[in-house]
Amino acid sequence: MRSPLARARGWGSAREGVAPWWFERVTAVALVPLTLWLAASLIALAGADYATVVGWLKRPLASLLMVLQLTALFSHLALGLRVVIEDYVHSGAKIPALLAVYFGCFSLAVTGILATLHIAFAG
Amino acid sequence: MRPLSPHLQIYRPQLTSVLSFGHRLTGVVLGIYAVVLVAWLLAATTGPRAYSRMHDFMQSSVGKMVLVVGSFCYFLHLCGGIRHLFWDSGRGFELRTIYISGWAVVAASTALTAAAWIVGAHVAR
Repeated sequence: MRSPLARARGWGSAREGVAPWWFERVTAVALVPLTLWLAASLIALAGADYATVVGWLKRPLASLLMVLQLTALFSHLALGLRVVIEDYVHSGAKIPALLAVYFGCFSLAVTGILATLHIAFAG
Repeated sequence: MRPLSPHLQIYRPQLTSVLSFGHRLTGVVLGIYAVVLVAWLLAATTGPRAYSRMHDFMQSSVGKMVLVVGSFCYFLHLCGGIRHLFWDSGRGFELRTIYISGWAVVAASTALTAAAWIVGAHVAR
């Protein structure tokens, strides 16, 4: 039998608990202009053919903003999905689900960034 | 099973709870659209044939519905997110203010979705 105090000792705040919460806000603020730029670009590209889209993404500013977009977007998505999983999944599936979210978001971000850079430098 | 709170069978939804859950739901849904964005970039990298296959789907009526739903989810999450950032500053928690900002989110995201598609229809090739 352990007293509640003994159980709590050593398991307290590491003083870093606010970091994911804060970074979710930082990425949210970054995504306001970045996603508005993407939305405006997609509207301007409505019905555009292959050459037009590649020509648009090849421009240095568009490539840069797309790389920043993917970085902020998938960071924000991973942090948001983490909270959703931690709130609703209490079974043994919690850790595998969190790993899937982190690996998935990281892989998708890298894939998107590589595709953008490929178009920018080789496409 | 333990009883769940809120008791969903007898629970009357309010704007506040609907928008709270809607913000989460649209966040998860937009995650699927983020995958579509990467698929679109990959298609553009792969070449004209892969791109036109995706392009043709997006131009179909099903593809357009997918994009309409996605654009509304985006604008709702954007406006709701700005409301959340405002709350993070410690302001706007009076009940009256919460309902005003809530309806403002609904109105703004609906108007922005409509505006995006009206502008899109005018510039479409």
